[in-house]
Amino acid sequence: MTDTPPDGREVVIALRGLRNQFGSHVVHENLDLDVYRGEILAVVGGSGTGKSVLLRTIAGLNTPAEGTITVLGTDVRHADEDARAALEARWGVMFQDGALFSSLTVRENVEVPMKNIAGLDPRIARELADLKISMVGLPYFAGDKYPSELSGGMRKRAGLARALALDPEIVFLDEPTAGLDPIGAAEFDQLIRGLSRSLGLTVFLVTHDLDTLHAVCDRIAVLSERRVLVSGTMQDMLEFDHPWVRAYFHGPRGRAAHDGAAADTSKEDN
Amino acid sequence: MAAERAPSIDIEDGPETVAITLSGAVTIHAVTELDQKLAAVPSDADVRLDLGGVSRLDTAGAWLVTCLRTRLEAGNGHLALDGATPEVTAILDTVAQAMPDPKDADTGPAMGVLEAIGRRVAGGGVFVMGLVGYLGLFLSRLLRALTHPREFRLTSLVHHCEEVGVKAVPIVALMAFLIGIVLAFQGASQLRQFGAEVFVVDLIAISILRELGILLTAIIVAGRTASAFTASIGSMKMREEIDAMRTLGLDPAMVLFVPRILALLLMLPILGLIANLTGLFGGALMSWVELGISPAMFATRLVEGTDTSHLLVGMVKAPVFALIIGVVGCHAGMQVESNAESLGQQTSKSVVAAIFAVIVADAVFSVFFAELGI
Repeated sequence: MTDTPPDGREVVIALRGLRNQFGSHVVHENLDLDVYRGEILAVVGGSGTGKSVLLRTIAGLNTPAEGTITVLGTDVRHADEDARAALEARWGVMFQDGALFSSLTVRENVEVPMKNIAGLDPRIARELADLKISMVGLPYFAGDKYPSELSGGMRKRAGLARALALDPEIVFLDEPTAGLDPIGAAEFDQLIRGLSRSLGLTVFLVTHDLDTLHAVCDRIAVLSERRVLVSGTMQDMLEFDHPWVRAYFHGPRGRAAHDGAAADTSKEDN
Repeated sequence: MAAERAPSIDIEDGPETVAITLSGAVTIHAVTELDQKLAAVPSDADVRLDLGGVSRLDTAGAWLVTCLRTRLEAGNGHLALDGATPEVTAILDTVAQAMPDPKDADTGPAMGVLEAIGRRVAGGGVFVMGLVGYLGLFLSRLLRALTHPREFRLTSLVHHCEEVGVKAVPIVALMAFLIGIVLAFQGASQLRQFGAEVFVVDLIAISILRELGILLTAIIVAGRTASAFTASIGSMKMREEIDAMRTLGLDPAMVLFVPRILALLLMLPILGLIANLTGLFGGALMSWVELGISPAMFATRLVEGTDTSHLLVGMVKAPVFALIIGVVGCHAGMQVESNAESLGQQTSKSVVAAIFAVIVADAVFSVFFAELGI
């Protein structure tokens, strides 16, 4: 999976000619991007290059000025309400700080998306919520807690549990490891990778964390100059010749993360 | 992606083994129905589950299979799987590993009714003590502002005077004007029966100057200002701005509480005075229209018949109400925690507490002045 994906792979998200504009400030222009089924794609870029805007645009929270967005074969911008609702059940979004409903317990938060399932027994919904809470690595008692009683890392996990409530095919993660300590961040990386592999999830994530890029991502897309400058594997990024990309991946932090990842791989090989 | 086929289940009760065939999309949409059907399988059965026809299995479907396995193993039964594809096996393994163990639950003792009542009573006591504490804090900082004028925020005081006082004038004036009209109208229709129409002036003057003018002003200000204090201080608390202030050597009580409560102390008497004036004006207008008491006659009767002590009794309450509203609003703002919900709770709580406390204080004043015979 380290090479460019073969043409036969299914494209689940396709962006063509996307343009985002706030007033006179153009964030994206003529932006193209493909995301393939089952891969973990990370979007990186400097502050203010519109990474989160891109995520919000694909997830339908932000209307682009121009361009087409096709997710799982549905044109997001021109779909009618029923088609959109059907589509929204097939993706999940985890916001930066979890964005949990503060008046509900964690378990009730995870049950919220399940309310749309016709005829689902409340007891089963409860047990499935407990299962999701456990799958993201939270202890059982966390289900009874309110979001304000949890640490930042636990809130992120709970947010992921809610995003996974309906077994989506695509999950959008906004800065999944921001604000976590290195141990917590590494655990979260492993969690994302494990769930992606075992549930066949396609993951679209926005991150600044170079360790995440090395540890879990199949492909990386660099946002710069209002478009996707380059997308490809970590190896492609390291070889790509562009001042910003070089500074990002070959800077001191980039090198440290690369060395760390290389050390991990050699340990696994032994 | 394979087309979603409707799920189906087929249970064949053989002599030794129960053969179950699951097929189609076994997802969360079908899990309730399938669960009911699977409940019919006895716990001690030897079950062969054929998953060969399953086109899609999500975690809800895998949960179903795992629950069946747990139940059979607990009841001396057995579950064997047939025809599971690698994807299905992967999900089954993930779910089986992640199955929550309710034994981890920290079951605290349920709170009894008595304990709940006790906690609320004690909480009320703590709340009142907290208010007294904040009153003391305000007074001590006010004294400090006198001895250290440089720490005092004059700009902030002026700003809050505008917010609390000037901007409240229209609503307070309108409210008092309408109250004056209502009093004159009701008084006229009652007093006319006795031919004592002219006493309506005394009725309006005494009730507005002594009680209603300042009390209703305080209630409106409590609704407007206590909530605004709580919301502004509470949102600063939520975003750790108060903590930042402390680390910068700024005293939140001096910077936030003193200008706000002092502005209320200065403005509430003025607002009360405006309410008295517009209330009397409304009363005079209605007396003229309804009873034919000319404005000149109303004024004469007002000056002759009404002692100035009524005005003083009313105005003396204003600073006390101002302190109550300000302290309740600031105290509630500082109780806000780091979530948005507590901001809303505290804001509504501060309005209710401020209005309630104002009315209680007014009752105490009434008893006090009655005892003094003023």
